[in-house]
Amino acid sequence: MESTILTIKDFNFYYGDAQVLKNINLTIFNNRVTAIMGPSGCGKTTLIRAINRMHELVGNARSEGIIELDGENILNMDSIYVRRKIGMVFQSPNPFPTMSIYDNVIAGYKLNGTRLNSSEKDKIVEESLEKAALWKEVKDKLHKKGTFLSGGQQQRLCIARALAMKPEILLLDEPTSALDPIATTHIEELISELKNYVTMILVTHNIAQAARISDYSVFLYLGELIEYGKTKDLFTTPKDKRTEEYLTGKFG
Amino acid sequence: MTDKGIKYRKLKDKLFFVYIICGSLIIIVPIFYILYYIVLKGISSINWEFFVSLPSPPGETGGGIANALVGTLILLILSGLFAIAPSIALGIYLSEHRSSKLANSVRLGVEILQSVPSIVIGIIVYIWIVRPLGGFNALSGGIALALMMIPIITKSTEETLKLIPNSLKEASMALGVPNYKTILRIILPAGLSGILNGILIAIARVSGETAPLLFTAFGNPFMSTNILKPINNLPLLIFNYAGSPYKDWHALAWGASFVLVVFVLLMNIIAKIIAKRWKVQF
Repeated sequence: MESTILTIKDFNFYYGDAQVLKNINLTIFNNRVTAIMGPSGCGKTTLIRAINRMHELVGNARSEGIIELDGENILNMDSIYVRRKIGMVFQSPNPFPTMSIYDNVIAGYKLNGTRLNSSEKDKIVEESLEKAALWKEVKDKLHKKGTFLSGGQQQRLCIARALAMKPEILLLDEPTSALDPIATTHIEELISELKNYVTMILVTHNIAQAARISDYSVFLYLGELIEYGKTKDLFTTPKDKRTEEYLTGKFG
Repeated sequence: MTDKGIKYRKLKDKLFFVYIICGSLIIIVPIFYILYYIVLKGISSINWEFFVSLPSPPGETGGGIANALVGTLILLILSGLFAIAPSIALGIYLSEHRSSKLANSVRLGVEILQSVPSIVIGIIVYIWIVRPLGGFNALSGGIALALMMIPIITKSTEETLKLIPNSLKEASMALGVPNYKTILRIILPAGLSGILNGILIAIARVSGETAPLLFTAFGNPFMSTNILKPINNLPLLIFNYAGSPYKDWHALAWGASFVLVVFVLLMNIIAKIIAKRWKVQF
């Protein structure tokens, strides 16, 4: 049974005078992985960053339209509140360099001034690291700096940090593009398991990755949403010629 | 490539090497000569009495620089109080707003302040503070030194924070952390070593400044800890005593120079150690 968690309606996005996203309409389903694909510059990163309002960090960005989370337009909500409900994992791992592994995981609570007693903290840290499939590897060195971990482990630490906030949606912006193939496999397996807890939107350059781990796929091209559907359908019987050409490697 | 061509290149290589060695010597030799001379002349004045007693009147032997040490300490504390917090705030502002109009003018202002001759700063502070207060005082000296510290700390803070990857800020913002908290809890700690380094360099830089203190702190042959009264300090003591006709005062001036140089060296060394040890790996 599919239930809707996020709806994007008539969404337009501009950097200054340049329109980067054109009239995007998209429905994201609960506890599913939706992959956003497209060639470089098609606006996929812009779209995912708009979903938790990270685009506001860029000076001349402007958006029109509606993005509804549980029936509320997040573009009218306080950005701080939106970002607590919608977590994000970035291209290259970015654990906080001054903090230990433990502090990185509960950073969201600490930095937001939520008071927790130590047993609550321990529980959140263990649960989040467990979900991120990192607990076994780091449980003996929780108080070491997170930056001493390998790239793949750092990325899982960042996933744990986002999961600790118990977000409704987790945005993944090319989470494996800076990682080696083995670490990439770990992250992909992890994404498949995390579906039970959280809805994920994944931006990827890697068509095969989208095919492997996503339930729904979106193909963006030059700021337009060309095609959207179940990953199986999109990859086997694309309706638009451009989708077919992209998937078969004719461009991109 | 002919043999001749290779030989010519090797010769050029050697010539350039000699040129670099000469350049290095021109820099290093005077530094070591200054250090050597100051140690030679100054170390004989250094003893316990030198640190704890007041300068002796002309004609009497002995005496020390206790009042100048205390005075320099007070001036540095005052200037630190005035300069450090606003400079760090300014540095944060400049690194956060790299190309806004206001930021560009502030940046230009900081650069201009850095190149204002220190004697001019002394005169300005004389007009601003000393005249309204009706006399020379330590407070105005602290303000004059603070004006010299501000550009140094601001610049080093800005440069340090600019080097911190943007991804760190994004990571914090994506957790729903407000901007000011991201800066205070993520960005500043990551740049702490660079900022401390700048503060220490600024302290080392102004601790030897004489000109801005001529019209402000003025100097004082007695012990004073009142910040509204003239106060003695190392550079002014050196300035006054080195030009005096008394041998004992010359010795005091050499001793004070030695202390000042050791202090500045120490500050620089500590700054280097902090920059290295506390460096954050991204």
